[in-house]
Amino acid sequence: MDIENIPQTLPRQSATFDAYTLSEIRRAAATGIYDIRGAGAKRKLPHFDDLLFLGASVSRYPLEGYREKCATDVVLGTRFAKKPIHLKIPVTIAGMSFGSLSAQAKEALGRGASAAGTSTTTGDGGMTPEERGQSQTLVYQYLPSRYGMNPDDLRKADAIEVVIGQGAKPGGGGMLLGQKISDRVAQMRNLPKGIDQRSACRHPDWTGPDDLEIKIEELREITDWEKPIYVKVGATRPYYDVALAVKAGADVVVLDGMQGGTAATQEVFIEHVGIPTLAAIRPAVQALQDLGMHRKVQLIVSGGIRNGADVAKALALGADAVAIGTAALVALGDNDPALEEEYRKLGTTAGAYDDWQEGLDPAGITTQDPILSARLDPVAAGRRLANYLAVLTLEAQTIARACGKSHLHNLEPEDLVALTIESAAMARVPLAGTSWIPGMTGNF
Amino acid sequence: MRTVDLAKSSRRDLNAALHEVQHNTNETYWRVENPAGQHALAVGLDAPVTVEIAGHVGYYCAGMNQQATVVIEGNAGVGVAENMMSGKVHVKGDASQSAGATAHGGLLVIEGNAAARCGISMKGIDIVVKGSIGPMSAFMAQSGTLVVLGDAGDALGDSIYETRIFVRGKVASLGADCIEKEMRDEHVLALREILRAAGAPDSVKAEEFRRYGSARQLYNFHVDNASAY
Repeated sequence: MDIENIPQTLPRQSATFDAYTLSEIRRAAATGIYDIRGAGAKRKLPHFDDLLFLGASVSRYPLEGYREKCATDVVLGTRFAKKPIHLKIPVTIAGMSFGSLSAQAKEALGRGASAAGTSTTTGDGGMTPEERGQSQTLVYQYLPSRYGMNPDDLRKADAIEVVIGQGAKPGGGGMLLGQKISDRVAQMRNLPKGIDQRSACRHPDWTGPDDLEIKIEELREITDWEKPIYVKVGATRPYYDVALAVKAGADVVVLDGMQGGTAATQEVFIEHVGIPTLAAIRPAVQALQDLGMHRKVQLIVSGGIRNGADVAKALALGADAVAIGTAALVALGDNDPALEEEYRKLGTTAGAYDDWQEGLDPAGITTQDPILSARLDPVAAGRRLANYLAVLTLEAQTIARACGKSHLHNLEPEDLVALTIESAAMARVPLAGTSWIPGMTGNF
Repeated sequence: MRTVDLAKSSRRDLNAALHEVQHNTNETYWRVENPAGQHALAVGLDAPVTVEIAGHVGYYCAGMNQQATVVIEGNAGVGVAENMMSGKVHVKGDASQSAGATAHGGLLVIEGNAAARCGISMKGIDIVVKGSIGPMSAFMAQSGTLVVLGDAGDALGDSIYETRIFVRGKVASLGADCIEKEMRDEHVLALREILRAAGAPDSVKAEEFRRYGSARQLYNFHVDNASAY
């Protein structure tokens, strides 16, 4: 045997110990600190892309694309609130804090949402005048930290969202690192400047669903039963959590899947706790149906909504509306390839930038740096968001008309099939070309 | 004086009537009969009125109070005066958990004892408990003053920020990053003022208290402190 000329195998990278995993092990070994980042789960998950609509044909007939009406409005808070919210489109802006976002970004979200006829939401840091002023419909979050919580702002809100958890970190609190605690953020949160701001994972004055019921009563009493009260949960056990939220008296349940973003938390938390949005919707809807409350208590779904097809699919599975966060930030200008040179300097690349906790965002969105923040023009960014919301709506209408629906809410699970066994099981719709819903009906 | 009898009127009627009171009202003295432990009584007030509640109350009495003085002639349930902004809440009996939670201002006086988590996440309120307080009190307390004439339970001031704590009796244990601090003249003077506002007897001397606050070691994350988090 010619030992010198034995063919060599190619270098083989491990699928288990892939390049990202190896880089994380090295980073952990060098620092001794877990990795903190923003955004939601980045791993490949069963998602709305795994579903397809069955357009109308002989058995059903479609609506004329440009002639026949396909309504898009939604009313939220019809159960108890004296003043329910009436939105023109079923796409809302999810809660994001001033502190994690610049004042300019918050203003832009308000402007864009108002132009599109929908609501925006405060976050863990209170309500800013810019946000209230520019938001026609503003949902005020009631969080465990109660940063900036006060009855004057509560009365100014159009709805109140009791936040129990979020999809990126169900069961976890928050952390805004010191570098983002500017004078204004510190003042609003009643904390010294420059320290790490920790947000508790549980509310300080109630525990469990029985207490939540009393807490909701208190909020209603303070605001004279005018405002819809939402309860937001991170998707883990959606059947039980939604049922208990309804029992506690919620007008609206917000259900956030693991693709939903966060300003900052541990990478291991984002990627390994919670369930995908696709897997969460049907159990949530089932809970509402079992209680006879579907469409009486409205369901808002968030986590990975990107286009009008996602909107239509979430609604077809039983949601009344969706919420967007990450996509809204991208519409404002987050992760824009035009800023590639600056992303490279931060050791990342456009599309992957997620170290929002560091406050160095070149797009001026996830920062409190006055120079960086000033880069974002709230008027122009608000216009981009309004445009994007219009496209989401038009796309959802296009699909709904093709399915013969005169309102987005008339979409139904029967309009959908799945491309994979996993997504068929999670969405409880048949695998395409079969009548098989894994775990439920039919034969493969 | 206006009297509302909760055996005949609903909680909703009471709170709605209190919300209608204007800032320049002459109707400044209210009496609430037969509270029977109901929740969310006298919440969201925003006028310079005095509301006396003749008995025990449930959860969140005087929640988010502004300007008003609320006197509870009995015991209070969970979260009395939670998120109070200003005014005064006076509990003549004992208080349950989370008394004064997250409150930004005003004065909460509890004649008896307060259970666990008294002053949790407080953000500027002054709380005076004339009896003792339960465990995990002043957890993540941000600012304001917690004064305890009796003893404090375990893990006092865990993860505390800038709240000042004064305890006259024993402290079972201190929470993470909470330490005893020197009681200087300025603290004695400030404490004396709070004790006076709370109607503490002259026999209670500010000099008898010990002061506790943040060591400020956990203000910025460091891996060597991981076991403390």
